[in-house]
Amino acid sequence: MSSQSSPAQAARPGVKKKGFRERLELLMNAIFFLCGAVAVAFVLFISIYLIVSGLPAIREIGLIDFLFGERWASTAKDPAFGILPFILTSVYGTAGAIVVGVPVGFMTAMFLSKISGKKTAGVIRTAVDLLAGIPSVVYGLIGMTVLVPAVRVAFDLASGACLLAAIVVLAVMILPSIISVSETALNAVPKEYEEASLALGATEIETYFRVSAPAASSGIAAAVVLGIGRAIGEAMAIMMVAGNVANMPSLFASVRFLTTAIASEMSYSSGLQRQALFSIALVLFLFIMIINVALNVLLKKSRKEG
Amino acid sequence: MRPEKKSAGRVAYDRVLRALLYFCALLTCALLVLLIGYIFYRGLPNVTWQLLSTQESFRNDTIGILPNILSTLLLIFGTLLLVLPLGVGAAIYLTEYARNKRVVEVIEFATETLTGIPSILYGLVGMLFFCLALGWGSSIRAGILTLVIMTLPTIVRTTQESLKTVPQSYREASLGLGSGKWHMVRTVVLPCSVDGIVTGCILSIGRIVGESAALLYTAGSAGILSRNLLQALESSGGSLTVALYMYSMERGEIEVGFAIASILMILTLLINLSAKFLGAKLKKN
Repeated sequence: MSSQSSPAQAARPGVKKKGFRERLELLMNAIFFLCGAVAVAFVLFISIYLIVSGLPAIREIGLIDFLFGERWASTAKDPAFGILPFILTSVYGTAGAIVVGVPVGFMTAMFLSKISGKKTAGVIRTAVDLLAGIPSVVYGLIGMTVLVPAVRVAFDLASGACLLAAIVVLAVMILPSIISVSETALNAVPKEYEEASLALGATEIETYFRVSAPAASSGIAAAVVLGIGRAIGEAMAIMMVAGNVANMPSLFASVRFLTTAIASEMSYSSGLQRQALFSIALVLFLFIMIINVALNVLLKKSRKEG
Repeated sequence: MRPEKKSAGRVAYDRVLRALLYFCALLTCALLVLLIGYIFYRGLPNVTWQLLSTQESFRNDTIGILPNILSTLLLIFGTLLLVLPLGVGAAIYLTEYARNKRVVEVIEFATETLTGIPSILYGLVGMLFFCLALGWGSSIRAGILTLVIMTLPTIVRTTQESLKTVPQSYREASLGLGSGKWHMVRTVVLPCSVDGIVTGCILSIGRIVGESAALLYTAGSAGILSRNLLQALESSGGSLTVALYMYSMERGEIEVGFAIASILMILTLLINLSAKFLGAKLKKN
């Protein structure tokens, strides 16, 4: 910087002014650097805080008992702190949401990218953006008042608040992310691929599914991973529809996720129980970090392909 | 020229998949229409002037959400006030100042990581640090600082994108005329990227309006009017989303829940439309 600006400055007579300007430049450089460093500091702060507050309970309960214990009874006289039910519920719930949400999202993205005209696509994109903007408590409210009673009647249960209801809500909530990331990937497929396939006599639909989709595969994989991250981190909406009992997961049982386990006991917990909640947060954080790394790798790969 | 004859299997494959594509696109749109329609149908009749303009009164047995509206506004303004300089500064550093590629990579990785962290974890760390370690208790200021960490990546990303669209020749012209780097950023680069920064603000507002898990245990859920700004910052105040959760889950006031939901939906519509409008304007430029 100084080598660039010094000829211009040397032409000016005021020596004092030059000193002031250079100092100002250095100061602004430092200020902007600090702003950038703050983001890094936040990440370090959150990681260290979660690790430091999450480890004591794990040490006290024992890693194996904590991760693979099947009984969570934090307020019982003889408390048990096994979070296997939460882990499995989060995994099953997320898997269910992916199984339901990804096909619909992928198909919608394909429609947007390849079939629909410009105007229709604009309308659908607005709808997708709006779906993404709806607050999670609103999804929870609808789930609670429409979906849960419907599940209860349809499957003749005592209560409809169960894993199935949570899966449906999560599937709708991850739909927008899946649609927009897969659409970007599908749009980036070079036109020549599709033209070559059409010229060889394949129909349009065959081309889209057998040429375009495989060419966009890492982008679509990124969409799935993003959906997994969204689903595993969602708390409030599923708190309102999943029933919140620490059962081992089954489709029609009232269940508790990793996120809802933290949220539902935080307000009244204390001592080892509270520390165990921090440990659950640490487990969730580790899941999320793995997903983040996978997402970054896939997105980089898909950008290179596009 | 396409071959005229196709086997029956191929025709069926074609038709079924095409139908599925239309069906899924339709399903996505239908979902949105049904959701909005149902919320407004159940909620709008319950949005009364009394609900909007008073606080809850046990003596009159009435429910009002004015304190929650004000808390939400305070959270939005407080967060933007802090996150804007920070986020824009970080973006300026990344696009204009940084010369070490490693440093850029580390900072970008950090912002991407922040984007992926679920809001319940922000809420937990915010509660542990601001409410307990600093002894602030459940308060709007704890909520604001938690939201600052959460919305930082949005501001950084959108600002960075719009900074990148400023033509390199503008910068060279400014530097060539003898202005320093800071002068160039202030007078040339920033004015050109105002639209992008505003878009980032709108997106952040959307995120704040819709946020609940990060606020439940940091800003709390109280619904009492404060006398002045300082008191408001120091006391607990539930945002609209938290109020929705409290009324419908903890107290069984479903109708109030739907009324708040329809207000939130109107806000979401407004925020989305303005972001879209600005985005279109940005593209034109």
